[in-house]
Amino acid sequence: MGNIRLEAVHKAFGGVNVIPGIDLDIEDGSFVVFVGPSGCGKSTLLRLIAGLEDVTSGRIFIDGANVVDLPAARRGLSMVFQSYALYPHMSVRNNIGFGLKMAGQPKDEIKRKVEAAAASLNLTQYLDRKPGQLSGGQRQRVAIGRAIVREPKAFLFDEPLSNLDAALRVNMRLEIASLQKKLGTTAIYVTHDQVEAMTMADKIVVLNAGNVEQVGSPIELYERPANLFVAGFIGSPKMNLITGAPASSLGAETIGVRPEHLVAARDGEGWKGRIAVAEHLGSDTFLYVEVPGVGTLTSRTVGELGFKAGESVVLIPDAKRIHRFDKTGKAIR
Amino acid sequence: MSTRETRAVGRLLVAPSVILLFLWMIVPLALTIYFSLLRYDLLNPGMETFAGLDNYYWFLTDPAFSTALANTLMLVGAVLVITVVGGTLFALLLDQPVFGQKVLRLMVIAPFFVMPTVSALVWKNLLMHPVSGLFAWIANSLGLTPVDWFAEVPLLSVILIVAWQWLPFATLILLTALQSLDEEQKEAAEMDGAGAIPFFFYIVLPHLARPITVVILIETIFLLTVFAEIFVTTGGGPGLQTTNIAFLVYAQALLQYDVGGASAGGIVAVVLANIVAFFLVRIIGKNLEA
Ligand SMILES: Nc1ncnc2c1ncn2[C@@H]1O[C@H](COP(=O)(O)OP(=O)(O)OP(=O)(O)O)[C@@H](O)[C@H]1O
Ligand SMILES: [Mg+2]
Repeated sequence: MGNIRLEAVHKAFGGVNVIPGIDLDIEDGSFVVFVGPSGCGKSTLLRLIAGLEDVTSGRIFIDGANVVDLPAARRGLSMVFQSYALYPHMSVRNNIGFGLKMAGQPKDEIKRKVEAAAASLNLTQYLDRKPGQLSGGQRQRVAIGRAIVREPKAFLFDEPLSNLDAALRVNMRLEIASLQKKLGTTAIYVTHDQVEAMTMADKIVVLNAGNVEQVGSPIELYERPANLFVAGFIGSPKMNLITGAPASSLGAETIGVRPEHLVAARDGEGWKGRIAVAEHLGSDTFLYVEVPGVGTLTSRTVGELGFKAGESVVLIPDAKRIHRFDKTGKAIR
Repeated sequence: MSTRETRAVGRLLVAPSVILLFLWMIVPLALTIYFSLLRYDLLNPGMETFAGLDNYYWFLTDPAFSTALANTLMLVGAVLVITVVGGTLFALLLDQPVFGQKVLRLMVIAPFFVMPTVSALVWKNLLMHPVSGLFAWIANSLGLTPVDWFAEVPLLSVILIVAWQWLPFATLILLTALQSLDEEQKEAAEMDGAGAIPFFFYIVLPHLARPITVVILIETIFLLTVFAEIFVTTGGGPGLQTTNIAFLVYAQALLQYDVGGASAGGIVAVVLANIVAFFLVRIIGKNLEA
C-alpha cells in the first residue's frame, strides 16, 4: 500500500513562502511526476513528503496516517538522490543492504534481499566493488537498488537521471518505469525534463512557484491544458501563443496552437509568412515562420517537404485544436 | 603531468628545491654521524679522538635509554589517543549549530597559537601548582587533598600539557573534514534509518579515516621530539620519570658535556623515528590511498 495525501501543505523558509499551500492525492501504485521550472519547489515538496524537511503547516497522510511528526526513517519511504548519495567507503552490497541492517534484519535475510535486488538491476557482478569503481549509470542502479530493497510504501526520485548522458537517460527511464510497474509501488518522480514527465507518468503534477497548476494524465495535459502556463510548459517544441486580432476573433485573449497542429503549405487559407529558419530532421520538418502582425510561429510537419529559409509559406491551423485562454490565462472551454 | 615531456620539465623545475632540501638535510646529518664517532668532551675541547661505535654502545646500554624510550612511546601514544578521540568529539560538537559558534571555534583553536614554553609555564604555575594552582584550589574547596602533579604523576602531567596543545590541531583538521561530508549522504543515511550512533560509526568515522591518519602522522613527527614542555616543567625528573629521548640527548650533551654520546643519541633517535614512521605508514598509510 502506498496512498499519499497532502492537505494544505505549506512551507516557508524564513519569511519566504516556497510552497503556499498544496492539496494533492496520490493513489496507491501510481507513478506521479512533479514537473516545473527550476526553483518552483519540486524538490522541497518531495523532501517534505520524505520527512527531510518539516512542514510549516498542513498535513501529510501516508495510508491514512498523518506522518508530519514522524522522522524520515519511520515513514516507510525511500529516496533516490540526484547525486546518488552512495556511501563511498562501503561496497555495493553494503550500500544496498545498509537500510535493512539499520532495521535490524537478520544477516542471511539481508544477503538474500540484496542479491535479489542486485540481480534485478544487473548489478550482481559489481556487488563487491566500491561506488568509486562504478560508472554513472551503475551508481544510479545501486541507488535504485538501495531504494527497492527496503520494500517501501513509495519511491521518491529527485531528478535521478540528470547526471547521465542522453542515451543512458532514455535507457534508465524505461528501466525505472518498467521496474515500478513490476513492483506496483507508488512512485513520485521529480524532473524538469518534460519528455521524462510525459513518458513515465501516470499522472503529472505541474508546479509553478510552489502552486499546483494542473494535475492530470500526460495526454490530458497535452490535449487540454488548464492554463497558459501548462500550455507553454508541456509539449516540445513549445505551443505557439498568439495574442491580438487572431485571438479576439475567436473570443479569447490568447490562443494557442501546437506546432504539430500548424500545417505548412505553399498556398491556401491561413497565416502567410516567411520562413526564418528551417530544420530538416528527415522524419520531421520544423519551420520557424515570421508572420506579420502575429509573430514568429513554429510549425512541425511530418516528413520532408523541401521548404527553404526565405521562402514564403502559409500556415494552416487545425481549427479543432486551437486552445483559447481568457485574460487571467485560464483555458476557455 | 601525464606525457613524458611534461614529466621531464616538471622534474627539471623542482630540481633546485629538491637539491637545496637534500643539502639542508644531509649536511647536519653527516656532521652528526661524524661527531657520534668521536670521543668529544666539551670540557676538553680540541682533544677529540676516534671512538668507533663506543658512543653508540654506551648510549644504548645506558639504563636511562630504555626508560627514555618507554617514556617517549608512552607520551606519543597517550597524546595521540587523547587528541584524536578528543578532537573528534570537539569537531562533532563544533559542527552543531550552537549559540556563539564562531567565538567557540576561535577559543578551541587558541591553544595552538601559544608557544610550548609559555603554555607549559601556565600549566605549571597557574593550574597544576600544588599550593597556588587552580586545580589545588578546586580540590581544596571540595575538601580533597590537592594533587602535587609534577611530583606524583609527572608523566601524566606532561601528557596533559602536550595533549592540550595538540587538541586544537586535531579538532581543526577533523572539523574541516566533517564539514565536507556530503549533505545528501547524510540524508540518505537518515532515510535508511541510521540513528546518531550507527551514523557516527558507519558514515562519519569512515569519512574521517583519512584526516585522522594525517593527524596521527603529523602529530607523531612533532611528539617524538617534545622538549620544551619537559624542560620547563619537570626537567626530565623526578629521576628519569619524564625523560624522553630528545631530553636524554640534551642531557647527554649539555649536562654531561658529552657531544659524541649526544650525537650518537641523536642518530639513534633518527633511526627510531624512522622505525616508528615505517610501522605507522604500514598500519594506517593505506587510508591515504585514494
Ligand atoms: N534550505 C532553504 N532555505 C531557503 N530557501 C530554500 C531552501 N531550499 C530551497 N529554497 C528555495 O525554495 C525554492 C524552491 O527550491 P527547490 O529546491 O524546491 O526547487 P526545485 O523546483 O527543486 O528546482 P530545481 O529544478 O532547480 O531543482 C527556491 O527558490 C529555493 O531558493
Ligand atoms: Mg530540485
